[in-house]
Amino acid sequence: MSVVQVRHAAVGYEGREILHDVSLTVGAGEVVAILGANGSGKSTLIRTILGLVPLGHGAIELFGTPQRKFRDWARVGYVPQRLGAGSGVPATVGEVVASGRLARRGIFRPSGAADKAAVRDALTDVGLLDRINDPVTTLSGGQQQRTLIARALAGKPDLLVLDEPTAGVDAASQEAFAAALGRFAEAGGTIVLVAHELGPLRPLIDRAVVVHEGRIAHEGPPPEPAGHHAEPDHDHVHPHAVQAAPGICVAPADRIAAN
Amino acid sequence: MDLFQYDFMIRALLGALIIGLAAPALGIYLVQRRLSLIGDGIGHVALTGVGVGLLLNQSPVLSAVVVAAVGAVGVELIRERGRTSGDLALALLFYGGIAGGVVLVSLSNDASSNSLMQYLFGSLITTSPQDVTVIAVLGAAVLIAMLAFRPALFAVCNDEEYARVSGLPVRALNLLMAVTTAVTVTIAMRTVGLLLVSALMVIPVAAAQQVTRGFRSTMAAAMAIGLVAAGAGVVVSAEADTPPGATTVILALAAFVAITVGAAGLRLVRRRAQPPREVEPPDVVLQEAGVR
Repeated sequence: MSVVQVRHAAVGYEGREILHDVSLTVGAGEVVAILGANGSGKSTLIRTILGLVPLGHGAIELFGTPQRKFRDWARVGYVPQRLGAGSGVPATVGEVVASGRLARRGIFRPSGAADKAAVRDALTDVGLLDRINDPVTTLSGGQQQRTLIARALAGKPDLLVLDEPTAGVDAASQEAFAAALGRFAEAGGTIVLVAHELGPLRPLIDRAVVVHEGRIAHEGPPPEPAGHHAEPDHDHVHPHAVQAAPGICVAPADRIAAN
Repeated sequence: MDLFQYDFMIRALLGALIIGLAAPALGIYLVQRRLSLIGDGIGHVALTGVGVGLLLNQSPVLSAVVVAAVGAVGVELIRERGRTSGDLALALLFYGGIAGGVVLVSLSNDASSNSLMQYLFGSLITTSPQDVTVIAVLGAAVLIAMLAFRPALFAVCNDEEYARVSGLPVRALNLLMAVTTAVTVTIAMRTVGLLLVSALMVIPVAAAQQVTRGFRSTMAAAMAIGLVAAGAGVVVSAEADTPPGATTVILALAAFVAITVGAAGLRLVRRRAQPPREVEPPDVVLQEAGVR
C-alpha cells in the first residue's frame, strides 16, 4: 500500500499556480528526497500533502485514505523548517517535544507515563536528553532542529515529513539526525524530505524527486556526487564559505534563508 | 485591618483575586502568540456591551460578555484569514466598540460620566453580590479551561501549523481562546476596568518570564504575581484612596521592574563569583586572516 499518493495535483496561491499536474507515490518504508531550487514548489508540495496548503485540483491519499477524510494524524510526524519564531515566553525542550504526543493521546487526556517515556526516548534518539529542561532558545540552530525531529518522533509516526531539515544546520547536528532518521527508516518508517542538498542524509535516500518550476522534472536514484566531490577523501568545503580547518565540514551558512 | 469589616471590600478583594489568577493564565497564551494587545481591543468592544446592557436595563456584565465574545470570535476569524487588511479591520472594530459604548452609555438612564469611568477604570464599591458570583463562576471556568487544555493550547500557540498536522482541533481551540479572552475582559472590568484589563493579562507574564525557564513554570509564576498584584492593588487602593485598577497595574509593573532588575543583578553576581561555564564548542572555527 502506498503511504502517500498524489495524483495530478495543482496548487495555487492567490491566482498564481505553483504546482502543475504533479503526481507522486511513496511506498511504505521508502525514503524519498524532494529536491529543487528555491521557489521550485518543493515545499509547497509537502505542505499540500500535509493539508497546510489547499489542493486546487487532483487528489491526495494518505495511507490509502483520501486526505480530506484522513483522521489518523498520529501516523504522520511533521518536522517544519525551523522552530516557530516563538515569543518571549520560555519553553523547555521537554515541553516542545511533549507537543508531539498530542496527536496520539488527544487533547482531553493528561500526559501520562507513556508520554513521558516517549519524550525521553525521542530526545535520546537525537542526542539531546541532557537538554530536556533547558529553554529551547538556548539551543543552537542545529539542536533546535533536532528538537523538532524529536517532537515528531515522540508521536511514534509511520511517516516522517521533513521540510529542509539540513538548512543552516551545523555538521554535528546533521550527523546526529541523519543517524536518527536512519534508525527510523531501518525500523520500517517512511520518510519524505525536502532538501536543498542532501549532505549526510544522502546514503539514506532511496529515490530523489526533482521539482522544477512546479513540475516533477526528474525521478530516480539520488544524484551521485560528481567530480572531485566523489573522491573518497573529499572534504566537502564550500569555497564561498569561510575557509575552515582541514577535515571540518562547513555548514552552508548562506543557505539558511531557504524559501 | 478594619478595611474588611465592609462587605463590599471583601467582595472587591474576592473578585480581584479571581481575576489576578485567571488573567495571566489566559494572558500567557496571548503573549506567546504575540497578541499581547488583543485583550485591550476586546475591552473596547466590551464597552458597547456595557452600553447595551445599561440601555436595556439588563446586567451590563452579561451583555458585555456576549458582545465581547462576538467581537473576539470576529477578531479570531479575521486573524485566521491572515489577510493584510486584518490589522485595519481590527482597528475599525476596536474604535467602533469604544465609540458605540460611550454613545450607548450616554443614552441610558445611568448616564453619568461616573458610571462610564467605573467600567473603564474599575471601582471597588460597585461589585455587587451577584457580580461576585458571576466573576467566581466565569473566572473558575476560564482557569479550568486554561489549565486543562494547557498542552493543546501550548501546541497551538507555539506552532500552529504543527498543531494542525497533529490533527488538533486548531480552530476550536482558537475560538476557545477568543471566548475566554472576552469572558476574562468582562469579569475584570469591575475591578481593573476595561482599559487596563489587558495589563493584568500581560504584565505578570512579562515579569515571570524574566526568571523562568519553561512554559509551565512561567504560567505558575505569572499566576502568583497576578494574584499578589490584584490583592495588594485592592488593599492599597482602599488605603490610599486611589482607583483600584490603576493601582493594581502599577503594582504589577513594579513587580516586573523589581524582578527584571533583581534577575539581572543575580546573573551579574553569579558570573563574577563563578568561573565562566564551559560553553559548547563552536560549530565552525574561524581562523584569523594571516594566522596560518
